Amino acid sequence: MGQEFVQLSLTPMLIGILAAVACALPGNFLLLRRQALIGDAISHVVLPGIVVAFLFTGTVSAWPMMIGASLAAIFAVVLIEAIKRVGRVDAGAAMGVVFTAMFADGVLLLELSDTSSVHLDVEHALYGNLESLIWLAADGWGSLADWTALSEMPPQVGRLALVLALVSGFLFAFWKELTISTFDEGFALSLGIRARLIGFLLVVTTAVAAVAAFDAVGSIIVIAMFICPPASARLMTNGLGHQVAWSTLFAGASAILGYVLAGYAPLWLGAENSVSAAGMIATVSGFILGFACVLGPKRKRIGAAREV
Amino acid sequence: MENFLSALFLQSGYNSALVAIGAALLGIAAGGAGTFIFLRKRALVSDAAAHATLPGICLAFMTMVALGGDGRSLAGLMAGSAISAAAALVLVDWIVRETRLPEDAAIGAVLSVFFGFGIVLMTVVQNMTAGRQAGLESFLLGSTAGMLFNEAVTIAIAGAAAGAVLFLLYRPMTLVAFDPEFAATTGIPVRATDLATMGLVLVVTVIGLKVVGLVLIVAMLIIPAVAARFWTERVDRVVLIASLMGGVSGYLGAALSAAHPQVPTGAVIVLVAFSLFVVSLLLAPARGVVASVFRHLRFQRRVHLRQGLLALARDEPIFDRLTLKVLRGEGYIRGDGVATLQGRATAANALRDEARWEVAREMHLEGSLSGRFDGLNAIEDVFTPDEIRELDRQLGGRIAVVS
Repeated sequence: MGQEFVQLSLTPMLIGILAAVACALPGNFLLLRRQALIGDAISHVVLPGIVVAFLFTGTVSAWPMMIGASLAAIFAVVLIEAIKRVGRVDAGAAMGVVFTAMFADGVLLLELSDTSSVHLDVEHALYGNLESLIWLAADGWGSLADWTALSEMPPQVGRLALVLALVSGFLFAFWKELTISTFDEGFALSLGIRARLIGFLLVVTTAVAAVAAFDAVGSIIVIAMFICPPASARLMTNGLGHQVAWSTLFAGASAILGYVLAGYAPLWLGAENSVSAAGMIATVSGFILGFACVLGPKRKRIGAAREV
Repeated sequence: MENFLSALFLQSGYNSALVAIGAALLGIAAGGAGTFIFLRKRALVSDAAAHATLPGICLAFMTMVALGGDGRSLAGLMAGSAISAAAALVLVDWIVRETRLPEDAAIGAVLSVFFGFGIVLMTVVQNMTAGRQAGLESFLLGSTAGMLFNEAVTIAIAGAAAGAVLFLLYRPMTLVAFDPEFAATTGIPVRATDLATMGLVLVVTVIGLKVVGLVLIVAMLIIPAVAARFWTERVDRVVLIASLMGGVSGYLGAALSAAHPQVPTGAVIVLVAFSLFVVSLLLAPARGVVASVFRHLRFQRRVHLRQGLLALARDEPIFDRLTLKVLRGEGYIRGDGVATLQGRATAANALRDEARWEVAREMHLEGSLSGRFDGLNAIEDVFTPDEIRELDRQLGGRIAVVS
């Protein structure tokens, strides 16, 4: 078990967990600010960003693409805001207009430019390739202490760890400001907190998390992890700190369970091939949310008038 | 270009003509149905429905293969996708009603989980040995290359059915979109109407799978409706314009991609729709950006003119460049800033009207005129001549201005 597990499963699992948690953390605040679908929009517009970065640099290297994708995400958010204000259109519709048009643009660019020689296609963008991020240099658990083997790890591990640190650092540093401006923007402004700036920084953090995760695991997990673990956590508790903790737990659990179910369960059942790990992680997070919806101790809405 | 023109006039072969007509019909149905979810402010619910078709497609394929069929019958796949999209819509509705989660979270959760599950099923299908599964990915982004006649007919029939439902339910859907509580008091079943609207969305989504693909079909529902909203304030016209824009985008997009076969049809259609949206955003008469800029400039000019005239009448120096320019443009001051005769007369009138307004404000304290004191409405437009005489009488000797 040891060597094979470390070689083939440890890094995909680790990447899955890192990506899931990096997305779930900012997702908590997006959920409370009614911006849950920003994650959806961002994960669509990442595609044109990556394609444009590829056209500029001509290579499939990680950093230019991550920069391109982040710029595309920020551009999309600014465009959504502009259409909302200038056109007096509600947020959902403005978002729908922008991200579909940009995604279509990405598809078009991808098909028109000569990207056939490189590994860049829409399907890959949608569901990533978690299973392929293996660590061949490892020959057992001992490799974790071996520098030469560690340096052969898929680079996504390091990048995602860095991004996760960045995201947690942002939440930790601006915890008070984020909390107050999320629940009561007027109060935040009266305290001298620059609530709009905080909101924008949150979106930028979200974009960075989405792009880093997207690179490793595709956009499905990104959307699912932004929304499902925080939403499940929201049904478990009324405390923001507890909610963040629960969402981290749910995100990690989805990643581990999803990977195991996708990679091993079909083989146990006698099938020959494993199924998509990204899709399975999203599915598991959905099941967790389903349980939370039925059993979560704080699942009901209290006090608020019910909408027609 | 030549290819494009011949495709535009249905001259470049049977298949492209079929695709163009199918895409136009789809666009018309999508524009009409999309208007109502847009007005109901639930545009992104359709995104959940669209992504949720994927597991249905895969399950339908597996079922058909298990029953010994080919697995690629469009009608069967459409039925499967309709069932799973309907399940997603029911789930979104259930989550919003039964838990404290807001609608956007419910939409996002259902969308991503269904899509993720669909991807899992797709990898299962890809590993299946039976059936010709190669075509399933084409539903992600649509593929019109090998469209068959009976597929086009399926799209046409479903589009016509959607149109008929739209026509029959036009009134209740409008009422529910604008004021669900009022609609409920007039006896309209709000939930049933919402369900019917969602049903329409479902039909459009399912027929759009073949042409535009499930990732982008939501664009066909949202973009024409948002664009149409810029041109008019009336629902019936929004529906008509949105259908028209949807139809034009479908047709033009299909023709464009027929001329350049390597370009995916769905993306082109969406980009044509987006161009129409940009044109609407900029150029629409009342709500467009250009119109608002003009309105703002006109307003700015009027404010500067009024303030400049009052300053002239009170012999105050004017420093503001724009004010000087406006006054000069009207011929009220000379190049060196000295008031002309006409300028002095108009300024005196402005000052007198200002005094009249002051009296009027005292007389009409109840605020029935609020918003009209802004100094930009001519007093003659608000009061009758005898009212103005009464204002002047009350003014008496307070101000010495010859009219």
